[in-house]
Amino acid sequence: MSGPDSQAQSPLFLPLVLVGGILFGFGLGYSHMARPEVVLDFLQFSDFGLLFVMFGAAIVTGLAFGLIPRLRTSAPLTGQEYTRRLKSFDKNVLVGGAIFGVGWGLSGICPGAAYASLGIGNITILWALVGMFAGAYLQGVWRSSNYSNN
Amino acid sequence: MVTELIDPSVYEALFPEGITRYAVGGLFVGLGAAVIYFGTGIIAGASTFLESTLSYVSDQSRFQRYRYDRDWRIVFTVGIIIGAAIYGVFWQGELWTTDVQPARLLLGGLLVGIGTRIGKGCTSGHGVCGVGSASKTSIVGVMTFLIVAIGTAQLVMALGVKP
Repeated sequence: MSGPDSQAQSPLFLPLVLVGGILFGFGLGYSHMARPEVVLDFLQFSDFGLLFVMFGAAIVTGLAFGLIPRLRTSAPLTGQEYTRRLKSFDKNVLVGGAIFGVGWGLSGICPGAAYASLGIGNITILWALVGMFAGAYLQGVWRSSNYSNN
Repeated sequence: MVTELIDPSVYEALFPEGITRYAVGGLFVGLGAAVIYFGTGIIAGASTFLESTLSYVSDQSRFQRYRYDRDWRIVFTVGIIIGAAIYGVFWQGELWTTDVQPARLLLGGLLVGIGTRIGKGCTSGHGVCGVGSASKTSIVGVMTFLIVAIGTAQLVMALGVKP
């Protein structure tokens, strides 16, 4: 997604990423997505508010991805061209999505919300973070040895 | 607006906490991704951080492909923690911890770590940025994990697992 030089492009690169992360994390806190109970309430049909979080955020990114490329041709801090997030489809999207779905339904927590959960004081979420790193490690070791060119 | 369109008791059943916190929070999540996109052209999801950070400690090719991304991804994650902490200090006013039991968090987290990386994205990568890109792959990814997660959570509830 970004080249080897991206971090050297501008002294404002990392500060801007930090500001973006703060807004992102504030939103996860404010929307209560950092609380697994609230996500489980959605999945168990007792509070459908999560839909407004995900689709509300997607509307904002949709506007940004649609409008910003019309204003400029490349990003000011990296010189990178503006693109959209279009990943190729294969069965991994279904298999991985299903595994993620079981984990999300079991725990009520996803990666971004888990980081945000630390910020609201939820030290217990470290169990989930340890699990996520272990899971990412296991699939990485397995896929590094099975698909060396992927 | 929504409250005028549907019966108040139905609204109360669907959204017992109202929708303001969810909609406002969602706007901030999208705004954070949009700010990074405007400045850098990068479309940031949250789950790649797991693999990019592992590149510091593992030479596996799967992690090393993210080595040029790993520094800014740590900054992004630190930002997420700080942003949530700002909410925690000024709105929540106290430390909050989950009652969901550690075994569920650990096992669920393990599957989230495996699944998001194999499935090319998580709730932010596919759900927010991919859907915002009108990506068919992401829309299928979101439908998949949403349906499976609902089925799993309903099963957990039916089995009486609490909290």
